[in-house]
Amino acid sequence: MDSITAAFHWFVSTFPTLSMALGLLLLPLVPLIIGVAMYVWWERKVIGWMHVRMGPNKVGPFGLAQTFADVFKLLLKEVVYPANSNKALFLLAPLWALIPSFAAWAVIPIGPNVAWSNANAGLLFLLAMTSMGVYGIIIAGWASNSRYAMLGAMRSAAQVVSYEIAMGFSLVSVLILAGSLNLSDIVQAQAGGKGLFDWFWLPLLPMFVIYFVSGVAETNRAPFDVAEGESEIVAGFHVEYSGAPFAVFFLTEYANMILVSFLAPILFLGGWLSPFPASWGLLGEPGWWWLCAKAFFFATAYVWFRASFPRYRYDQIMRLGWKVFIPITIVWVFVAGCMKYFGWVTTGA
Amino acid sequence: MQEIKNYTMNFGPQHPAAHGVLRLVLEMDGETVVRADPHIGLLHRATEKLAESKPFNQSIGYMDRLDYVSMMCNEHAYVRAIENLLGIEAPERAQWIRTMFDEITRILNHLMWIGSNALDLGAMAVFLYAFREREELMDCYEAVSGARMHATYYRPGGVYRDLPEVMPKYGESKWHKGKDLERLNQWRGGSMLDFLDAFCADFPRRVDEYEELLTDNRIWKQRTVDIGVVSPEQALAWGMSGPMLRGSGIEWDLRKKQPYAKYAEVDFDVPVGVKGDCYDRYLVRVEEMRQSNRIIQQCVKWLRANPGPVMVRNYKVVPPSRVEMKDDMEALIHHFKLFSEGYAVPAGETYAAVEAPKGEFGIYLVSDGANKPFRLKCRAPSFVHLSSMDAIVRGYMLPDVVAMIGTYDVVFGEVDR
Repeated sequence: MDSITAAFHWFVSTFPTLSMALGLLLLPLVPLIIGVAMYVWWERKVIGWMHVRMGPNKVGPFGLAQTFADVFKLLLKEVVYPANSNKALFLLAPLWALIPSFAAWAVIPIGPNVAWSNANAGLLFLLAMTSMGVYGIIIAGWASNSRYAMLGAMRSAAQVVSYEIAMGFSLVSVLILAGSLNLSDIVQAQAGGKGLFDWFWLPLLPMFVIYFVSGVAETNRAPFDVAEGESEIVAGFHVEYSGAPFAVFFLTEYANMILVSFLAPILFLGGWLSPFPASWGLLGEPGWWWLCAKAFFFATAYVWFRASFPRYRYDQIMRLGWKVFIPITIVWVFVAGCMKYFGWVTTGA
Repeated sequence: MQEIKNYTMNFGPQHPAAHGVLRLVLEMDGETVVRADPHIGLLHRATEKLAESKPFNQSIGYMDRLDYVSMMCNEHAYVRAIENLLGIEAPERAQWIRTMFDEITRILNHLMWIGSNALDLGAMAVFLYAFREREELMDCYEAVSGARMHATYYRPGGVYRDLPEVMPKYGESKWHKGKDLERLNQWRGGSMLDFLDAFCADFPRRVDEYEELLTDNRIWKQRTVDIGVVSPEQALAWGMSGPMLRGSGIEWDLRKKQPYAKYAEVDFDVPVGVKGDCYDRYLVRVEEMRQSNRIIQQCVKWLRANPGPVMVRNYKVVPPSRVEMKDDMEALIHHFKLFSEGYAVPAGETYAAVEAPKGEFGIYLVSDGANKPFRLKCRAPSFVHLSSMDAIVRGYMLPDVVAMIGTYDVVFGEVDR
């Protein structure tokens, strides 16, 4: 034990910059990965309850260790390369999906100006990172040399591109009202004396709904999970993946879901602000727990959708995106502009 | 510039929506299906040929294994064919029991169908809800025959034995105890008929539950309305039957048109579709579940009031009781002959069909007077329906093919036989 401690001290004192960088990297990643594991467990449990069955209950107390067992199983499995696949791209694809989805977490604030990087263009950075992830899916589909995977990749590309537009517009409306691209400022702009009626969900109600639905579509989750399309194209873009690369795709998908679940409250539901007036004592106190509670609600909504809805057909998703969401968002961006110009909404405390 | 060509895709036999071992070779233009070529034969067990090599009664069990989701209906067609040739008729009570179990089987089949069709279209919940009810009906199978699927309960001359007086209960286990166990056993206090009564009273509410998740669901409607339209002319030309035919608006139901067992004496309606799309067939099958429930209630009522024999007392065909065999030489000989040689069926040929849940299931039986069939031919509805696959799904998209396979309700046990 002493030798390990000594080695640690030696490492930190010899490479101070490297240790600093590693620490900063691990600080957000470890809770995120554990969060993903807990979320997978929660999803399986909730779907189990909704489906009159038990969900995982054998590994660890309440089956809590089930996800960890699954992860270790996947990491120990052989990685099978499909015949005539492009091996380099085949292995690059999961990483290409994973890195942007983790990088996006850099700008997520959990309190006033408490973020790994409190960047001024945080919202722009987020948009850039979430759009990068789709390349991983397209590369995976192409490199697998499988028709199912190719179909899944094509579907995913078209779907993500079209929903990006609607999502972008709903973010623009938030930007107009808040007057800042800094996520921390956006939350602060929602503070006020009226508690939850000061948040942006009220003036931007259609945008709020569209944002979350687009978020579900962007992360390829039911009922928009055509890129995976279990019963049509088997597993879509990752049909040929096994072992660790598959685990990486899995991790990416759930990290993205948690990201969207955190962004929805930050942009529309006042982030860490309390829904109750400040006079309520502890309940009125803002804090990271409010953010987590709100994010938990959205994460559970994801699971709820998956447990109850049938899957859209690919062209129907396109129709919903282009013919319904984009027109609504364009109109509401204009409405948001008017609200700001005529001062119908007050922002900031 | 390179020429853009259509590509072919292998759909199955290892595919989540292949419903067993369907292999479809699809020619695709992007996501649109240009040609669909079903390949069958991956589950072929030569049932028809096997039946030629063994005494009549020993093939009843094979019938269960044809369409393994509607077991007793297949048995019914087979024993009716034998009874036709032998010129015997089952006692009235046996006929009522058969009617009741045919309808239980119909519900079993439609529950399986609604679950797997919903699962194919991405709605997971319905599948598990349907299996909850399926479990109860499977217990009825188990209570009368000892087997949960392959019952071999119908016999030429009646049914194997009368309905049990006691419905088996769940035992205590690590998972089910106390209140939970009580809830599981609350219908199981009395006889099987009491159990069915309780089930039938509860079942319409359960069907409402599935309908709530699907019938008015916008996504479900988008996925099924105007998908896989089968015109009435097409339905007739392809020889469709059952819900596939009724979904296209043709009122044809063997239970009404050529009543067998006690269908002439029970009161029920035959639902008919209008457009012939996947949604109409969905509605038809859901309504059939409700109608089957009605029939079961009527059968339970009759069976409660009228005890009696469930087997003919013709010992050339039906084994005598164990009690008689103890002190009757004749009975012992009959028993020995029946279980070694079987019985001889007079020469002749016959076709007996029943309205199985999937459509008309028929047995064409030729006997040359021996103790084995000379030739047996099964007319399986799934086989007939599947042959229309190419004509129906052309021009639809890949996810619609999955929806269509779902409403065909194919089971490969009977397609390949």
